[in-house]
Amino acid sequence: MRILVVEDDAMIADGIRAGLALAGASIDCVATCEDAVTALSANSFSAVVLDIMLPDGSGIDLLRKLRAGGDTTPVLLLTALDEVGDRIAGLDSGADDYLGKPFDLDELGARLRAIIRRRDGRAATCLEHGAIRLFPADRNATLEGAPVPLSRREFAVLHALMERPGVVRSRGELEERLYGWGDEIESNAVEVHIHNLRAKLGRAAIETIRGIGYRMKPL
Amino acid sequence: MIGSLRVRLFFVLLGATGIVWIAAVIWIYASSQRELENVLDTRLQEAARMVVSLVGSIEGHVPETLPELSSAPAVTGNYERQLSCQVWSIQGRMIGRSSGAPEQRLSDQNAGFSERQIDGETWRVYATEDAAKGFRVLVGDRLGLRERLVADLIKGLLWPALLIAPLLGLLIWISVGRGLRPLQAIASDLVGRDADDMRPVDASRTPSEVMPLATALNALFDKVALARRHEREITAFAAHELRSPLTGLKTQAQVALATTDPAVARAALQQILVAVDRATRLVRQLLTLARLDARAETDDHGRLPMRAVINDVVRMTPRPDGVAVVIDDDLTGVTWSGNRECLELAIRNLHENAIQHMQGAGEVRWRAGASPRSIVIEDTGPGVPEDELPKIGQRFFRGRNKSAIGSGLGLAITSLALDRTGADLQIGNRHDRRGFQAEIKLRALDSGAEVARGRAQKLTEPV
Repeated sequence: MRILVVEDDAMIADGIRAGLALAGASIDCVATCEDAVTALSANSFSAVVLDIMLPDGSGIDLLRKLRAGGDTTPVLLLTALDEVGDRIAGLDSGADDYLGKPFDLDELGARLRAIIRRRDGRAATCLEHGAIRLFPADRNATLEGAPVPLSRREFAVLHALMERPGVVRSRGELEERLYGWGDEIESNAVEVHIHNLRAKLGRAAIETIRGIGYRMKPL
Repeated sequence: MIGSLRVRLFFVLLGATGIVWIAAVIWIYASSQRELENVLDTRLQEAARMVVSLVGSIEGHVPETLPELSSAPAVTGNYERQLSCQVWSIQGRMIGRSSGAPEQRLSDQNAGFSERQIDGETWRVYATEDAAKGFRVLVGDRLGLRERLVADLIKGLLWPALLIAPLLGLLIWISVGRGLRPLQAIASDLVGRDADDMRPVDASRTPSEVMPLATALNALFDKVALARRHEREITAFAAHELRSPLTGLKTQAQVALATTDPAVARAALQQILVAVDRATRLVRQLLTLARLDARAETDDHGRLPMRAVINDVVRMTPRPDGVAVVIDDDLTGVTWSGNRECLELAIRNLHENAIQHMQGAGEVRWRAGASPRSIVIEDTGPGVPEDELPKIGQRFFRGRNKSAIGSGLGLAITSLALDRTGADLQIGNRHDRRGFQAEIKLRALDSGAEVARGRAQKLTEPV
């Protein structure tokens, strides 16, 4: 999961960054609407956590603009304005979910997973492909019912591939899922993670499409 | 105590009606007495002349005696025998008299009107004489009879009046009640309201006398509603602003609990400390603001040496490494009169503000302004984006270049504190270089009107 956090309060942004990183997501933080628009136009995110009261405008206006521009990235509004009227206005302007401050980090993670799941058109909490099952909430995977130990980054790569099993993911896309802007990208990290995943799940589990990227082997 | 307006109006109206009535009765009494006297006197005269001409028409000398004259019976039995007539010779011998007339001579006068007491009754008598035939005629009536006539007339007026009086009282009572109905309508409208209902009183159907009351009430409602809205906004913003440090606290605490990496845990704990500082500061600022809001007047502590005041504040404010604080010598001679607490509060807020926005290194300078009534603080921080300048005095506004622990209340508190001690705050970016500057300006001494205006503005200022 790569999440964009639009929050002007540095401490809260830092808390979300640290907390969601523990849950296996890679996080990018911006503090203004302007920076959020730039970030969204340059990268693709699994979801956006959006504060409403931002120094250069309202998160709701930003959200309306995004939706009007055809952006369907799941958005979770995060704000201290959590009267019923505020929630309704937020959801009606295109938000997928709404969470009032102060919130629980685990709940934030769960809600993000839920709106991403819905975006992907799935209701089940686990991703399934052949004998491989992936549980994003618990961050674990099983092969024919037996648990497979995965590192945080291996899990992130597998998660990205299993979200849309038929779709080929480029190396760049996978790197995006692995690293935020601040992180230094190791040049062959994706290859190493794929190699490790094949070792744990079987050689044929992941296909290499030469010159394009990787995908789960069609069943 | 005023008591019931209705009862008061009732008695006033009844009293006034009664007085008018009594005055009318007295006037009628007096005028009818006068008229009656006229009429009766004229009748006496006519009767006397008639007798004179009757007696004079007898051929030859006047007879020695006349048969007793019987006065004509009056129409109403009550006033029978009103008139008495005597005929006397010039020599003073009674020639004749009407029946019922006293034997005593009615008047000593030879001609004209006179009054005389006979047998305990006062008689009014008209005398006239026929000198040629040698007799004199006296015609008189009793004054008591006249009084009775007038008294009967007044009684005839008073009896119906006494019958009508209770009816009139009832009418007055009812119509006063109807007249006061608009007041009752307003009262029952107000009684039925709860404390939040600030709808204006319906003034469209109130009579013009009650209109000032309704208008004044509506103006009061407007003021109260505005003040309450102001308070609600402050409370809402305060609640909102307190949530941010609380959210920070909660997320960082959860991170510290969930992580296995000691470095992450330590960083989170440090953030928790900052969040606690911020919440503490916010609460302190809110309490200060509430205290300043509640207090309209401040004590004047006399002449304050401003350099010493600034020095005290600067000494007590922690200064990060790399930030230099300069207090210019030109402040030495500046002494202001005002409230020390308010001025210190303003200076501390401006000083802390400057230091917080310094981003590590820079210089904060206190100096005298263009006039002895002005003091300037300037810093070398990032300044404020021009579009945010009009907004930074608003409560809870925190711009793009905000500090980690700012509450967004500092400038609002500063200008409120300065307002309380008769000074104004002017803020803006420096023109000579990058940085922010704030100027404290003491208002002119004859500024009672300005203080009042400042307060009115405070009430309507957006939050």
